[in-house]
Formats: sequence, C-alpha cells, structure tokens
Amino acid sequence: MSDTEHRQRDRERDGGRHHGARIRAAMRAAGQGAVLSVLSLVVSLFLFIVAVVSIALATVGIGLYTTPWVLGLVRAHAAHRRRLARDWYGVAIRSGYPPEQPARAGLAGNPVRTLDLLRSPATWRDLEWLLLDATAGFCLAVLPLGLLADGLFGILLAVGLWEPISDATGSYWYAFVPVDSQATANLAALLGLLWIGLALRFGPTLVRTHFTTTRLLLGISVKQALTRRVEHLTETRHDALDTSAAELRRIERDLHDGAQARLVAMGMNLGTVEALIARDPEQARKLVAELRENSAETLNELRDLVRGIHPPVLAERGLGDAVRALALRLPMPVETEVSLPGRFAAPVESAAYFAAGEALTNAAKHSGAQRIWLEAGYRAGDRMLRITVTDDGRGGADPRGGTGLAGIERRLGAFDGILAVSSPAGGPTVVTMEIPCDPAG
Amino acid sequence: MRVVLAEDLFLLRDGLVRLLRAHGFEIAAAVESGPELAEALTRLRPDVAVVDVRLPPSFSDEGLQVALRARRERPGLPVLVLSQHVEQLYARELLADGSGGVGYLLKDRVFDAEQFVDAVRRVAGGGTAMDPQVIQQLLARHTGGSPLERLTPRELEVLELMAQGRSNAAIAARLVVTERAIAKHTSNIFTKLGLPPSDDDNRRVLAVLAYLGRR
Repeated sequence: MSDTEHRQRDRERDGGRHHGARIRAAMRAAGQGAVLSVLSLVVSLFLFIVAVVSIALATVGIGLYTTPWVLGLVRAHAAHRRRLARDWYGVAIRSGYPPEQPARAGLAGNPVRTLDLLRSPATWRDLEWLLLDATAGFCLAVLPLGLLADGLFGILLAVGLWEPISDATGSYWYAFVPVDSQATANLAALLGLLWIGLALRFGPTLVRTHFTTTRLLLGISVKQALTRRVEHLTETRHDALDTSAAELRRIERDLHDGAQARLVAMGMNLGTVEALIARDPEQARKLVAELRENSAETLNELRDLVRGIHPPVLAERGLGDAVRALALRLPMPVETEVSLPGRFAAPVESAAYFAAGEALTNAAKHSGAQRIWLEAGYRAGDRMLRITVTDDGRGGADPRGGTGLAGIERRLGAFDGILAVSSPAGGPTVVTMEIPCDPAG
Repeated sequence: MRVVLAEDLFLLRDGLVRLLRAHGFEIAAAVESGPELAEALTRLRPDVAVVDVRLPPSFSDEGLQVALRARRERPGLPVLVLSQHVEQLYARELLADGSGGVGYLLKDRVFDAEQFVDAVRRVAGGGTAMDPQVIQQLLARHTGGSPLERLTPRELEVLELMAQGRSNAAIAARLVVTERAIAKHTSNIFTKLGLPPSDDDNRRVLAVLAYLGRR
C-alpha cells in the first residue's frame, strides 16, 4: 500500500471518527437535556411555588418556621445545578451566599433565620433563577432531545406512517407542512432531517447555553467577587494590624516590668556589693549569690518572652519539628503525625505554630481528654497546609465562646486560612486549621 | 583535658574559654561556626566538645547537627550542648544512640561554675548531664496511673537528680544523706519501675532516661 493510500485511509477514518464523536456528543446532550428538563420544569417549578407560598405564609407566622427549611432545599437544588455545570461542561458558577449568621439552634432560631434569609439578595436571586429555569432553562434543555425525536418522526412519516395518521385525523401538520400525500410526507422527512442536523450541530451548545444562562442568576459576577475580596482583605488587614499592635504592647510591658526592672535592681545590688566587699565580705558574698539567682530568673523571663514572640525551635527547625516539640511539652501523651515538604514562609509557619499551640493547650486544659492526636500535612494539589488536633475529651467546645479560638481565627484570616471546629457534646473534638500557601525553597 | 568550644557570640565564647581554663581545661580550639566546628572535631579529636545549638552560617540548629554527625562518625565522642532554650526533642536526639557521653544544658547553668565544670567532666568521662528543665518536663508527662506515682517524694527527688546524670555520691552530697541511703533509694526506684538493676552509673542513667522518655 502506498503512502497516498495510507493517508487517504487515515483521512476517511478520521472523518468517520469525527462523525462518530459528533453523534455521541449530540446523544449525550440529548440525555443531559432530558435530565435537565425534568429538573427545571418539575423540581424548579415545584420549589418555586412552595417557596413563594412559604414566604407568603411568613406574614401569618407558619412561614417563619417553614421558610429556612424550604430555602435550604432551594439552595441544595441550586448547588446541584452548579455541580452539574462544572462536571458536564466545566462551567464554573461561583456561589455567593453571605456567611451564615450565628443563630439559636433548633426551631426557635427559625424566625430569625427567616428574616435574615429574606433580607439577603441571594435568596431573591435564587427565586428568580427557579422561574427562569422552569421557562427558558426548560426550553433550552428540552431542544436537543426534542429535535432528534421530532426529526425521526418526520422520517417515519415519509416511510409510510403518514397514511394511517392522515386517514385518522384528516389533515396532519408536521411543523408548517400539511401532510396528506407521499409528496408532502417526503417534505416532512426533509424537514425532519434538518431538525436532526440542527440537533447534531447545536445539541451540546444548547445544553451549554442552559448552564451559562443559569450562571447569570446563580453565579456572582467578577465584580461582585472582587468587591467581596476587598471587603475581606480590609477586615483581615485591620485584624492583623490590631493583633500585631497588641502583641507589641504586651512585649513592651513585659520587658518594662520584667527584665528591665530586674536589671536595674541588679545594677543597684552590684553597687552595694562594691561598697561592701572590703568592709563586710560575708554580706557581699550573700548579695552576689542573690544576684546570680536574679540573673537566672531574668533569663527565664526573657526565654518565655522569646518563646511567645518567635519560638526558637521554629527558627531552628521549622514547623514540623516545632509542633513535635510543642506536643512534647504537654503533660499528656500526644500522637503526632507530621508530613511536610520542608519549610514555609516565616509568617505562615509562625501563624500555624501558634494556632496549633492554642488548639493543643485547649485540648489539654479544657476537654478532659486522655489522648490527643495532632496531624500536620501539606497537599500540593490545592496548596493547602492543614493541621488537625483531635482529642477524646468531653466535646462541646464553642469557637465563639473563648477568646483563644477566635484569636486563632483572626491570625489565620490574615493568610486566608480558616479554622473549623467540630465538637459535639460528649466529644470527640476536632479542630482543623488550613492555610493556603507554597513551600519556601 | 582538651576541649573544643563552639559559640558564635564573642562575649560568651570568651567567658567560657576563661572559665574552662581557670578550671584546668586545655582549649584546643574555640570556633564560631558550624563548618569550623566540624573541621576542628575531626582534626583535633578533643576529649570533649562544648557546643552552642545555634551557630552560623545558617543560624538553625547547626551546632547540634554537627555534633550529632560527629558522634555518628566517632561513636561516644563526648559532646555537651548548650542552648538558650531546652527542648525534649533535641534531648531525645542526643540520647538516641544510647552510648552516653552527652550533655544538654541551658546556658544559664554556666553561672554556677562548679556545677558546670562538674557536668563537663562527667560528659567527658562518658556520663550524661541533662538539664533539670528537661527532666522536669519528662516527669510532668508521667501522670495518671504511671508507676512513678508509686514512688515516695524522696525517691522522686533522687530519680530527678539521677536522671540529670549525677552519681550516687553527688546525689548524697546534694541531699545531705549517706551514699548508702541513696543506693537504697535507687534500688527501690528500679524495682518499682521494673528496670533491670545496674551498678554502672552511666548505664543506669540511660535506662532511667529511656524510661522517662517512653511516654
């Protein structure tokens, strides 16, 4: 076989593969469209009606209790659609719900939640989307399958189906073609072929369009996202500045009242020793011993202060060994599992270290735990440094109750890090800290 | 006795040189960085090395790492590590090879020249010198159902001093009792903790430290 023949065959095979891919894509789009049309016409419409009724009933009271539940379903439905958009067509739809306000748990908190939800623009946009989804969204979704089915029907008419149908109904309209003879039936078949052609050509595009219109209402715009980001940055920057200013004040006070005062006292005593050394050597020796004790205490104080500013192990060994050393300092066994790819930027290491320290101290002091587990790891995939502290204590830790956990949250916030606490009554308590970052060097 | 000293701060290095000379040590070398220390340890083969944990050029735990490496090459090379802070983590690493001849002390311990010099001699002789803070941290971890709770307060005191690396004679002097009384305490301690009795001071200390570090 010559080269030309080879190439010829390749081209034919390519062409065949191309057609095959197109048909498969159209069939897939038809299937996806079928799923979406049920979701949009049945589920969205149903949820829209229920939500509107529930909100209307809020004026007479019942709605105040049902609305959070109904809107929860709406959000779940919307989240499902976002997921489909991403999984099927890679259309990213950012959800833009405001962070949940802490509210009383249980049924009693529901009226408060309802009012919060009704004030949120995101709620109203969800409802608009339900309506759009049940109309335009449904049309876009149903077309890929509808065109294929209707086109097939047109061809069947030409094959012979036209006779019994026109016999039964007198005149039958296929789109704009009155089918009453083989000739008009052939015309219908031609039109059917056109429908099928359209479905093959535009099926996936239609489903994609369904998702992009969904994004119009369900997603937040780049501008909105940026606005949120700026708000978040402003807030965390203020927090970070406040925290570091408070830290500096604390260090200043500690030095002023501690080491500085002690050194002054030691200087004075040295003067006394100088005066006494000839006259009363015994008394002078006593003072010198006292001075030595004092200087040791000063060092201890400075050591604690240094540990609070930047722990020496952290400087010498990095985060992994620093949290190991931290675990060894606790008066109970702590199982540590550390797998980190090396060092991180100093501020990140410091924030993570103090966060882990606070979590460990809390577990040791307040939980009544017998055992504590600490895990520190880094996932390169999403650039996430994660530290988990678990204890088998009594649980019930409230991240908003103590200042400690709130402090960690602020500290991590400056690095876009987050703190999650799971602490059901009876335990166990799991504190998870995550900071997005890259290993340094 | 020949000493190699590694300390990057001039004032402290100078002070240590003077102190050790005053107590009859010969300073083979007084260096100020990790690489210099490594070189001096292989070239001069001192009787004991006194090393600051943090050394240039990296200002990480370079001194400790150099010392550990030197001990791998020459097992039992006596090393006394000094630091501004003590960490159990470092103490464990120093003790890990189980061959003794290690010390780990806060720099403040130099204030008490007699005790410090005693610690250097002990380490040079293959013994150990662990900082009281390390031992206290180790003891603090043994709470709730530990066999340590069966020890009398006096025995705990003896255990603490023994874990620091002191001999029976030194403990007896410290607690102002006879050496025989201390020997009785130590044998009680060993029975209560289920450790094999040993007449060898150094091996005894290592066994106690291993026991304390177990949890």
